[in-house]
Amino acid sequence: MTSTKVISEEKIAFDINNIRNDFPILSRKVNGKPLIYLDSGATAQKPKQVIDAIEKYYSEQNANIHRAVHRLSQDITTIYENARTTVQKHINAKHVHEIIFTHGTTESINLVATTFGKKFVNAGDEILITEMEHHSNILPWQQLCEEKNAVLKVVPINSEGELIMDEFKKLLSAKTKIVAITHTSNTLGTINPIKEIISLAHANNIPVLVDGAQSIPHTKVNVQELDADFYCFSGHKVFGPTGVGVLYGKEEWLRKLPNYQVGGGTIKTVSFAKTEYADIPLRFEAGTPNIEGGIGLAVALDYINNIGFENISAYEHELLEYATEKLSVVEGLKIIGTSKNKASVISFVIDKIHPYDIGVILDQLGIAVRTGHHCTQPIMDKFGIPGTVRASLAFYNTKDEIDELVKGITKAKQMLR
Amino acid sequence: MKIEEIENEIIDEFSMFDEWMGKYEHIIEMGKSLPLIEEKYKTDDRLIKGCQSKVWLHSELKDGKIFFTADSDAIITKGLVAMMVRVLSGHTSDEILAAKMDFVEKIGLKEHLSPTRANGLVNMIKQMKLDSLAYKAKV
Repeated sequence: MTSTKVISEEKIAFDINNIRNDFPILSRKVNGKPLIYLDSGATAQKPKQVIDAIEKYYSEQNANIHRAVHRLSQDITTIYENARTTVQKHINAKHVHEIIFTHGTTESINLVATTFGKKFVNAGDEILITEMEHHSNILPWQQLCEEKNAVLKVVPINSEGELIMDEFKKLLSAKTKIVAITHTSNTLGTINPIKEIISLAHANNIPVLVDGAQSIPHTKVNVQELDADFYCFSGHKVFGPTGVGVLYGKEEWLRKLPNYQVGGGTIKTVSFAKTEYADIPLRFEAGTPNIEGGIGLAVALDYINNIGFENISAYEHELLEYATEKLSVVEGLKIIGTSKNKASVISFVIDKIHPYDIGVILDQLGIAVRTGHHCTQPIMDKFGIPGTVRASLAFYNTKDEIDELVKGITKAKQMLR
Repeated sequence: MKIEEIENEIIDEFSMFDEWMGKYEHIIEMGKSLPLIEEKYKTDDRLIKGCQSKVWLHSELKDGKIFFTADSDAIITKGLVAMMVRVLSGHTSDEILAAKMDFVEKIGLKEHLSPTRANGLVNMIKQMKLDSLAYKAKV
């Protein structure tokens, strides 16, 4: 089932067997077959280090943070705030208070759309997104535009699933208030030229929000180098727990934004006459947060940094190339999203067969893929398809698993014809 | 045949298959005998919600009995809807409303009844029962 590959001998050796052993779920069976998990784009599996950290939190450390003088509360506050620092360092944010813990990418985007929209968007203004956005980076802006009578502008993509940069340049206007764009497409795998996009927007004094949900698991992100104004991602897609995410915002922007949700934890003093709010980031973190989520996320980031992104990227790229080559020769199979610059995500359709049917047969073989529109219905409309089958690969996948996928597809084709 | 008798007939058919492949091939085969919905009825209001594939369902009342026609753009889904139509079509509102439909579990397709399953089998059954209820109210 597995093959051993040593990519870098200077750092820790990238031993796929050792890595797979870190992920307990990968040894389970599904429908009597060894699980082949090719749905990391939906949610990634968790290494035992993360699982252990969560167990330790509940069995040894549980207390509320920022609340009490007792020992447990003080200890866990320190651990939680250290987790924030881990995130800061991981994405190279300038300040730790630029890291806001949220429930996930979706909440991070909603937070910005709501607060930025309240203060900076008026009737006739424009918000620029792209045709390849996840619904979570469409709907908050669409709703804002409806509320404010603003206009949602959409940068089209070409048949390879790449942004048409000339159209992007044309659509940037004096009315554009913010650009919201994905770093990596969850459906097509396309990695957008985000640095260039930010620099073009900044030349027009327009801030940029980046949906980084699909890039954070695959590449080292440096928010200062990108010069992103806002960068959002989810813990569960980067091998951490569900229900925790991050909103990075440049200090000057976060200070300008009005409150989002308010309540416990967001204040300095409260009276019925006047409330004085806390400073960032706590001003944006109402209520008791997902404490184990924040801690688990930091452990997950430590885990992948220990493997090293140079190893991860090289290995995933090799997997992507291998899968693309093997799938391309399957008769009637068409890959949707053929950009040269791709993350390890492969969406495909098969002539005259509904993606759902393929998904059901693959499931019987223990192979987990995603089928459907992947929360990107505009992309499906663009390509005129009901949905795709998507195999999204992580560094714990192997070439053997890709071979099994190809065999499974061949079997499905035989049954469904 | 009564609903229960048809259910038992299907349980018997599926008991011949030890392996999942046989079961699914049988489902796919059943799809071929589905009384197809007329093209003019393939409208959005006859689409069953909650399916990853499209499923159109139409019902008609004849001599106090309800008859279903349907179609789907996915082959397995079409087989599943065909199985439901085979069981419920041609019966009275009361019979359809009383049908437990627990044979699905007995033939080893329990996973298709999970609400997370995007084929909407649960929604198909619900819609067929809702149609029956509507006819009952009219009668």
